[in-house]
Amino acid sequence: MDTMTPKTAKSLQNHPTAGWLMMAPAIILLTLFLIGPFLLAFGFSFTNQRLISPNPTQIVGLRNFEQMLGVGVLTLEPERDNSGAVVRDDEGRPEYPRVRTFTRNNPDYPHLEGMREWFGWSWGDNQVVVLARDLVFMKALTNTLMFVAVVAPVQAGLALLLALMINQKLRGINIFRTVYFMPVVVSIVVVSLLWRFIYDGRNGLLNNLLSFISFGQFRPVDWLGEPSTALWAILAMSVWQGVGFHMVIWLSGLQTIPVALYEAADIEGATPWQKFRFVTWPGLRNTAVLILVVITMQAFSLFAQVDVMTQGGPLDSTQSLVFQAVQRGYEQQNIAGGSAISVLLFLLVLAISITQRYLTRERN
Amino acid sequence: MAGLEFKGVHKSYGKVDVIKGVDLSIAHGEFVVFVGPSGCGKSTLLRMVAGLEDITAGELTIGERVVNQVQPRDRGVAMVFQSYALYPHMSVYDNVGFGLRLKKTPKDIRDQKIREAARILQMEHLLDRKPAQLSGGQRQRVAIGRAIVRQPEVFLFDEPLSNLDAALRMDMRMEISKLHQELGATMIYVTHDQVEAMTLADKIVVLNAGVVQQVGSPLELYHHPENLFVAGFIGSPKMNFLKVTAEKTDAGLTIAGADLEETTIAASGSQVSTGDRITLGLRPHDFIESADGRLRGVVELVERLGNETIVNVRLAGGTQVIAALDGDSHLEVGHEARFGFAPEKLHLFDADGQTIAR
Repeated sequence: MDTMTPKTAKSLQNHPTAGWLMMAPAIILLTLFLIGPFLLAFGFSFTNQRLISPNPTQIVGLRNFEQMLGVGVLTLEPERDNSGAVVRDDEGRPEYPRVRTFTRNNPDYPHLEGMREWFGWSWGDNQVVVLARDLVFMKALTNTLMFVAVVAPVQAGLALLLALMINQKLRGINIFRTVYFMPVVVSIVVVSLLWRFIYDGRNGLLNNLLSFISFGQFRPVDWLGEPSTALWAILAMSVWQGVGFHMVIWLSGLQTIPVALYEAADIEGATPWQKFRFVTWPGLRNTAVLILVVITMQAFSLFAQVDVMTQGGPLDSTQSLVFQAVQRGYEQQNIAGGSAISVLLFLLVLAISITQRYLTRERN
Repeated sequence: MAGLEFKGVHKSYGKVDVIKGVDLSIAHGEFVVFVGPSGCGKSTLLRMVAGLEDITAGELTIGERVVNQVQPRDRGVAMVFQSYALYPHMSVYDNVGFGLRLKKTPKDIRDQKIREAARILQMEHLLDRKPAQLSGGQRQRVAIGRAIVRQPEVFLFDEPLSNLDAALRMDMRMEISKLHQELGATMIYVTHDQVEAMTLADKIVVLNAGVVQQVGSPLELYHHPENLFVAGFIGSPKMNFLKVTAEKTDAGLTIAGADLEETTIAASGSQVSTGDRITLGLRPHDFIESADGRLRGVVELVERLGNETIVNVRLAGGTQVIAALDGDSHLEVGHEARFGFAPEKLHLFDADGQTIAR
């Protein structure tokens, strides 16, 4: 005869709601903090919702996106005098009409209304000007894309290099593994604070070091205060902080490659490069896909470094999409604008991940 | 011409000695099998020939050249691994041709050699496949093909058949044997399976705990094992061992023990003195059912294989032995039976396990 205990346990497990009950904590948390906000952001991005506002929320369609993504091109012809000759200034450069004459209350150019100059170039005597409705967003977008384009290959490459170096049977190799991995376990906020000291313009470690190894020839640079260096400084630090994590993933991939393959290659006369090319790299294919996708997504979500180190400055040179989303959503209380950026970011990352998966797919 | 010469070859990992001084010469074209229980150092010895393991002490010569410091690729050896070690992302064609490609062999010659190897191994229809699409036996063929195309002077096989099922193993065994006849190259083959060793080898090297126990042709080892280890390792089913006490007499040597009734055998007995405890070895196939046999026991298990009957017998002294009898033996479990043997078939070993000369 059965005892009572297994019987009750069995009936509990067989109860139709048991499974749902066990999943409930995870489902509730995921819904509350992931699925819900995602759907909300999607919805808000089509409204004019503000954090605190006396006015009722209205559906505005795609206006948020138009506002952010609006760009226009304007070709400026040089000003001519009555004879038709180009008017030149004292240095012989042609003079052009001011851009704002087209973008401010000009009924002939309604599509350029409210836009500002983004960048431009000369085209013969003409001047081509690209205008954007939301310059800060454009800055954030290009910065983020640049950040991803540099961080993904550099961080993946460095991590692979480190993984190859520490994937050896050497005395004390675990010390190196630990050292390389250490930045990963330190919070990015703490890392950013520390690196602010390293990058400090007057007495920073980096300036002192460079000045020391160049025998005082090096002139100190305010790494985070210069528009030309600030983003690169954040980029270098981000690579340093994240490289250990990806090194470990590469390492796990390396260790799945059977030793016998290397031995066979040795006997067949492969050089170290050929062993990498024909044994290691093909064996790392799946790892490579994973690492590229993970780094790309991490790089797109650049936020904490910017928030702690530069707040987007100087001169918007370190603006990023996520930083802008937070800035607009909470600082400017423009939840709709922030949501629209989030949705765009989502689409961007999705598109890139799909492309990466397609490009790195298994070909038969 | 590439024979091999081992002179006092040692291998140790730190303080652990794995190979404790191997002296051995292998003639060109010989098929040599290293056999022994797992952990005896046979694979290590093979890997030292390949150059995958350093030689701690001693000297290894391939052809005329001392190769202790020579890179694997420059030793003129090809190796077939137990795990096949095929490159998973390359087709069979590319796997077989990989070594040639590394050597920058012109494409047409490479193609010709790959197809020739595929023809020899009857795998022409597999050339476009990836290793994952092949069965175990096919993979093994590819691995052998990869070795053949490089036309090495020495082939090394590291337990190449142990991942295959029994029937396939027999086929591949015959193919490897045929291959050896066709190519006439020196082959060194590592296995723990004494049947493979017996069927393939010109010369067997029995290893135990890093020491060569005996070197000789399969039948030499079978009929004249030099010690207890070789006697027990070669032959299937295993040789039976009985503890007996020896007594020197005019007729030769009289031996008796708990399991064995007094038996006198013709032997000089020069190495034995009366009262010595010695070990007697008797192969299962040398048992003869006979009413006046000197071994008496109870049958505990009968396996009828048709061509022979294998019986487990508990002898009077409690030792269990295995006898291989005729296929039509009438013994049943529980029967008491007597067995005899031809005295010249006995093997005698002294207390140290060394064979006693007759």
